[in-house]
Amino acid sequence: MSDTILVKVENLDRLFDVSKPLLNRIIEHEKRQFLRAVDNLSIEIKQGETFALVGESGSGKSTVAKMVVGLLEPTKGRIEIDNLDLSDKNKVKELRQMRSEIQMIFQDPFASLNPRWRVEKIVSEPIIAFNLESENEAIIKRTGELLSLVGLAPSDGRKFPHEFSGGQRQRICIARALASNPKFIVCDEPTSALDVSVQAQILNLMRDLQDKFGLTFLFISHDLSVVRHMANRIGVMYLGRLVEVADTKSLFKNPRHPYTRMLLDAIPDLEMSGKERKPIEGEIPNPINPPTGCTFHPRCPLANERCKREIPASFNIDGNEVTCHAVEEGRS
Amino acid sequence: MSEPLLKIKDLIVEFPTRRALLRAVDKVSFEIAKGEVLGVVGESGAGKSLTGAAIIGLLEPPGRIAGGEIYFDGQRIDNLADEQMRHLRGKRIAMIFQDPLTSLNPLYRVGEQLIETIQTHLPMNKKQARKRAIELLDEVGIPAPETRIDGYPHQFSGGMRQRVVIALVLAGEPDLIIADEPTTALDVSIQAQIISVLKRLCSERGTAIMLITHDMGVIAEIADRMAVMYSGQIVEIGKTYDLIKNPKHPYTKGLMGSIPSMSGEVKRLVQIPGSMPRLNDIPSGCSFHPRCSKVFEPCYSKRSPQIKVGQSDVACWLYSEEDKK
Amino acid sequence: MSDMMEDKNIKEETNWFARAIDSDIFYSFTRSKLVMVAAFVTFAYFFIALFAPILATQNPFDLGSLDLMDGLTPPAWQEGGSSKFLIGTDDQGRDLLSAIMYGSRISLAVGFTSVFCAALLGISLGLISGYFGGFIDTLIMRIADIQLTFPSILIALLIDGTVSALFPEVRREDSAFWVLVLAISLSFWVQYARTVRSSVLVEKEREYVQAAKLIGLRPFIIMLRHVLPNVLGPVLVIATINLALAIITEATLSFLGVGIPVTQPSLGTLIRIGQDFLFSGEWWITIFPGVALAIIVLSVNLVGDWLRDALNPKLR
Repeated sequence: MSDTILVKVENLDRLFDVSKPLLNRIIEHEKRQFLRAVDNLSIEIKQGETFALVGESGSGKSTVAKMVVGLLEPTKGRIEIDNLDLSDKNKVKELRQMRSEIQMIFQDPFASLNPRWRVEKIVSEPIIAFNLESENEAIIKRTGELLSLVGLAPSDGRKFPHEFSGGQRQRICIARALASNPKFIVCDEPTSALDVSVQAQILNLMRDLQDKFGLTFLFISHDLSVVRHMANRIGVMYLGRLVEVADTKSLFKNPRHPYTRMLLDAIPDLEMSGKERKPIEGEIPNPINPPTGCTFHPRCPLANERCKREIPASFNIDGNEVTCHAVEEGRS
Repeated sequence: MSEPLLKIKDLIVEFPTRRALLRAVDKVSFEIAKGEVLGVVGESGAGKSLTGAAIIGLLEPPGRIAGGEIYFDGQRIDNLADEQMRHLRGKRIAMIFQDPLTSLNPLYRVGEQLIETIQTHLPMNKKQARKRAIELLDEVGIPAPETRIDGYPHQFSGGMRQRVVIALVLAGEPDLIIADEPTTALDVSIQAQIISVLKRLCSERGTAIMLITHDMGVIAEIADRMAVMYSGQIVEIGKTYDLIKNPKHPYTKGLMGSIPSMSGEVKRLVQIPGSMPRLNDIPSGCSFHPRCSKVFEPCYSKRSPQIKVGQSDVACWLYSEEDKK
Repeated sequence: MSDMMEDKNIKEETNWFARAIDSDIFYSFTRSKLVMVAAFVTFAYFFIALFAPILATQNPFDLGSLDLMDGLTPPAWQEGGSSKFLIGTDDQGRDLLSAIMYGSRISLAVGFTSVFCAALLGISLGLISGYFGGFIDTLIMRIADIQLTFPSILIALLIDGTVSALFPEVRREDSAFWVLVLAISLSFWVQYARTVRSSVLVEKEREYVQAAKLIGLRPFIIMLRHVLPNVLGPVLVIATINLALAIITEATLSFLGVGIPVTQPSLGTLIRIGQDFLFSGEWWITIFPGVALAIIVLSVNLVGDWLRDALNPKLR
């Protein structure tokens, strides 16, 4: 891992229009409604590291993933990859080149492969689309290599996706993602649809490939134990905002933000130490109408008047970037 | 020990398809005592949900019980007529599904559904039933039950809906609850809430629970005993603590090792090569043998019986007496 | 290299055939006797219609070969029947059996052509509407709504009137076929567009389409290569059921006099001719074409129903 910053996300915002149709709005005298899925989010990912975003459903982590790979346009803010602004319309050629260096692995291995295509066609599609090889023979050879790389046989290319199990399909997805020689791979809950023993296979494979090719991962997950195993640094999201960013070790050893602590306390205890798991109070509020100030204040044991009023800013404490009034004031 | 609440002997569930007769559950035997929580774990396709469905008589055709016996409170129930089974279901054996929405009718208020269920099972008038419904909602931890009782299911969040389902299930005051992945659709933080509700109810009311899940963490937290299933068979069954701390069967060992741990150094995960066989392609002998690192002579040809090892029963030739000599 | 590719293609074809025989759909086909009978009848019909000029004893469209003296001959087994005309003749002296064969030919041709045109139009518009969304989507779907408010008979009348006003030199016999096709496809495309649109809305959110976007493919390519093949299932079902509907619509329009003229009678036209004689005792002119129409529509519908169930994973 080097200190070069590969991905830089600054003040990212994303709104979704969730208003009713025009006619309804006029008749019912309603204004347009927006859902703020991502709110002023900034992260930096270093070359060769795995940065994980964790959060519960509705925290906006998948929206961030989609914006980083370019499947969604940010409402505001900028995304820079390898010092190239993704929204820079003057650099079409460079951006096209950049496309091949960013890939994504999706959550559902059953939906992410075209059911009517043979595996070899699926895996070779990026090679052809980016013009990486032109000779037919070279394409076949490269496809075979990619399949062997993820632990499948080159002859598996003749089969259709439905002939494979979930774990094998996820391997095919990884092979497709690797086909364009990417530097940076966004993994959106890559193992949450898989069984544990298969999950272990996929996670090990991803680490091996990272070592082999010096890949950088943005790893999206709701599973803290998986994240602990995979990530170098972790960002915890709550209702579209980043509440804490820290090294994996210090986040698990010394969580600062009350929400991070709650999440850690809620993990089932496999060690059977007899430790009582503390259930989190309350639930994630409606993101269309989020609480004022710090959005976590209705569930926070440390909340006071200031938390209800003022949006906290992020600050550094022992290497953890924390966004919390209580921690800042030393009330925790 | 007294008579077990639920006793299953050599249960076989089969699916006739046009190509072959698929055996999804293959000679499964276990018992659940009164007030006990038995966790059943296994990967998708291991047959754990089908075992649950077979017990409560909700196997979807063409699936059918092809062999074995199921005893509930001393009475044999696998051959009961539909009418008798329906009577038993809900009242004495209840089921919680993964998706709470499948158990709630979106067109009726939560209270109406609760009151109806209570009145089916208990001799109460409407007023008493409503009072009881509020008590139940309170018991499963729904805030302000007096007002929430008149809400529709869609007005509840996922976690709250699952609580309502639990309240519905409790309405019949069953002796056994079969919970099929009750927390899988929920966020981690909500999961913890539901688990603690189940745990509390179990100890307060003495209800037995058969908890079917793939989430080892949930089992570790709530189950007294656990059974590990692999391709339709129980490979290991015993006290939860023993199985997690000291697994015996190579599959259980691999399964435990493949879970990323929350403490200690981050190591490379143990991985079991390959994947679970499809039902139409189950290997001969011990069905785990193609993936097993300790495979030896007897595994290829014959399936091991349950062998007592310490407190657990393990279906593995490694622990066979003859071998130890 | 070329040898290898050829070899591969051959393999692929045998695979394809083997897979078709082995597939669940073929299996469910062999399981239902009714569907097999319906499919057999449908194909027999297609065969008869296709080879009508060879099979028929007479060309009913060739007015010169008709003998008015043979007019209104009853079926062969009735008093005054002739073995030459198995199920009787109409008022012009046409052999009804030959007329039904030729008429089915027209009915099926109109049915197939209009279903094809409707599907082509509907699929294209549905794809565009679903994939791009926004204003284009609203525009296409509102046009579809408006389209639905016009019954096909009105459209046929409109087009018929317009054509005869614009091209007075064109003979009705030549234009009638295309007027019918146009009228029927214009009233049927909406169903395709709506079905395809809703399937596209589902498919385009699926992750394999997102993956295709990530490698920078153009929307047109993504639609054609990834989305279209995966939405064709429901389209096939609609097309089959629509074929039956189109045949009925053609018959209705012809019966009402907007369709195929009497000189080249289709099934609908034959029924209309016979209707004039129904009360004077010449029942066969209406009944036999009517039965033929009913059988073909029923068969095609049965096949369509089965296809819908077989392709629906929820019912399997």
